[in-house]
Amino acid sequence: MPYQTGSFAVGNRLLPVEERTTQASALRANAITSGHRACQGCGEALGARYALDAAVRATDGRLIAANATGCLEVFSTPYPESSWQVPWLHSLFGNAPAVATGMAAAMKAKGRTDVRVIGQGGDGGTVDIGFACLSGMFERNDDVLYICYDNEGYMNTGVQRSGATPPAARTATTEAVGAEPGNVFGQGKSAPLIALAHEIPYVATATIADLHDLEAKVERAMTLRGARYLHVLVTCPLGWGAAACDSIGIARLATQTGLFPVFEGREGDVTAVTKIRRPEPVEAYLRPQRRFRHLFEPEPRTDVIARVQARADRNIARFGLL
Amino acid sequence: MAAGFPAATLRRMLRQIEGSRAVAETVALCRPEVIGAYPISPQTHIVEGLSALVKTGALAPCEFINVESEFAAMSVCIGASAAGARTYTATASQGLLYMAEAVYNASGLGLPVVMTVANRAIGSPINIWNDHSDAMSQRDCGWVQLYVESNQEALDVHIQAFKLAERLSLPVMVCMDGFILTHAFERVDLPDQAQVDAFLPPYSPRQVLDPDAPLSIGAMVGPEAFAEVRYLMHAKQIEALDAIPEIAGEFAQTFGRASGGLVRGYRTEDAETVVVALGSLLGTLEDVVDELREGGDRVGALAVRCFRPWPAEEVSSALGRAKRVIVVEKAFAVGIGGIVGLNVRLALEGLGIDVRDVVAGLGGRAITAASLRHMLARAIAGELEPLTFLDMDWALVARELERPHGPHAENMLRDLAGRL
Repeated sequence: MPYQTGSFAVGNRLLPVEERTTQASALRANAITSGHRACQGCGEALGARYALDAAVRATDGRLIAANATGCLEVFSTPYPESSWQVPWLHSLFGNAPAVATGMAAAMKAKGRTDVRVIGQGGDGGTVDIGFACLSGMFERNDDVLYICYDNEGYMNTGVQRSGATPPAARTATTEAVGAEPGNVFGQGKSAPLIALAHEIPYVATATIADLHDLEAKVERAMTLRGARYLHVLVTCPLGWGAAACDSIGIARLATQTGLFPVFEGREGDVTAVTKIRRPEPVEAYLRPQRRFRHLFEPEPRTDVIARVQARADRNIARFGLL
Repeated sequence: MAAGFPAATLRRMLRQIEGSRAVAETVALCRPEVIGAYPISPQTHIVEGLSALVKTGALAPCEFINVESEFAAMSVCIGASAAGARTYTATASQGLLYMAEAVYNASGLGLPVVMTVANRAIGSPINIWNDHSDAMSQRDCGWVQLYVESNQEALDVHIQAFKLAERLSLPVMVCMDGFILTHAFERVDLPDQAQVDAFLPPYSPRQVLDPDAPLSIGAMVGPEAFAEVRYLMHAKQIEALDAIPEIAGEFAQTFGRASGGLVRGYRTEDAETVVVALGSLLGTLEDVVDELREGGDRVGALAVRCFRPWPAEEVSSALGRAKRVIVVEKAFAVGIGGIVGLNVRLALEGLGIDVRDVVAGLGGRAITAASLRHMLARAIAGELEPLTFLDMDWALVARELERPHGPHAENMLRDLAGRL
């Protein structure tokens, strides 16, 4: 494979034209146009564009979207501007899955089942405040693909802890002070596994480190009907305290350490996992992020790092990532 | 039968049915396309009725969604309405509060959702019975609020509500007294499908999510235009002050009976004392007015049928010749007093009319003719306080006020039990 120097990314320019990414084509779908106000290196903007563009291609443009309040909504639609080239509705923070259900119901009632519906939001809007609506949408098997762009915190309001914030991470509400700095080691809240427990037709995870995998999963989801869930890990340079140019590399480290398992599931069962190609210790993922700096200085917290490593090892064993 | 209506239009189907059933069948006649449903007393029978009608296929194509909360019910309506469907839901009390965020959102987005509120008290203490605390808590949310006096009016006003909502692209709440109306079996005249179809054309949205003409709806608006956008909601409500009587007039032409509108006076022409009220109380009130009239008192009643937008001119012209106005209301703004009363005072500003607030019927306490008679006698004698609580058990209150601590509701219930 023609990898780019110093990375495990395939260089698009080095590929034959027919194998090049559709995103390199001037004729590509363009669900979110440039000029929006996302931060430099925003993983959510990248993930949402690839996901929505893939959905537009998969549906031949017969697509409408419901969006939760959050970064994605705010940076894409500062009145009177909008980046969205697909019909798009923002209602509230906690109701995007239910709004999407309503949109799908309207399309069914109107006999326009060719028009497909996507609901989307960040981790706060999905795994916390919107969780009841999400679970209801799953349980009824409403014809919606819901995409969560998980940047592991409430970034739009200034980096507070969400139910998806990892243990030990510093946020504005889990400061790196005291005997146990950063976020607590709770029981965790794996929205993809909870989605899978609803036995819906399709559940998948993806990251912005493997955009073709993300595209393929969106395309696969759009071949199915009923409730589908896609959980995409997206880096947040601001909230994670990482360089904008490292967004994709850090997302890749999340997968290669085992901290973020990439898998697919159907009707309650895990059906495929993306194996780790180059195993890395969690330290490699934690060290470049300022939200974990207190694990390395002033004194190294090897005890805490070991607990994080244990979580990664559990994922590796559980999903068979090696 | 009302005079002046062409006989040919009067096809009647009289039935003795529960108020909720009548509303369900009427909403069905309005051909809803998406219904978001969640149970809460005393609204539940309405969505139960609709569920059965959808299940038989009689309403096809209609999607009935059993959601997981009232917040989701209104959110489903928001999504469906924005996608161009005629949408309906019903709720009450805690349910209305639980969906409050989405209630404001629906009006902000200008979506013509129609919702029945089966009026019920709000806790704590938890109470399932009728008063207007629920709808009154949402009086400033940007929805039109129509209050109905009877099951026939409930049925008629629902048909008008869809027309109003879709004509102005704004949501409409039809408020009907929980249990008193929703669970009462009354004779109603249900229109037939052809009549409703003639009155209510298919929904043609002003804005819609359509891949052939992509729109972004629900953008973030900063200080540069927020006030202007909000003002448009107010302008629409002012428009509704004209549209509501117009639609009531069109309804009368099609169905041969008068229903809805902004206000309705009862023997107010020469009245010195006028009692203002909303909803089903009007029935009892009119009986009391008749009795007092027989005794020589010049008393009248005014039904406020549309509370939002506030029909200040109509209220003013209906009450402007009275000496005193008594506002009997089934809600109470803690820390100040009457809610409707404040609105009435605004409408009567500068006219020198004495306005008194009477809070009555909270949490389902019966408002009896005897209590109203007694209260009115005191009012006419000039003995009524500015804020009166009808049939308040002051001994019970006084005893609890003397206690240094403890759970009030439980203490008072124990006191009541001790009296037996």
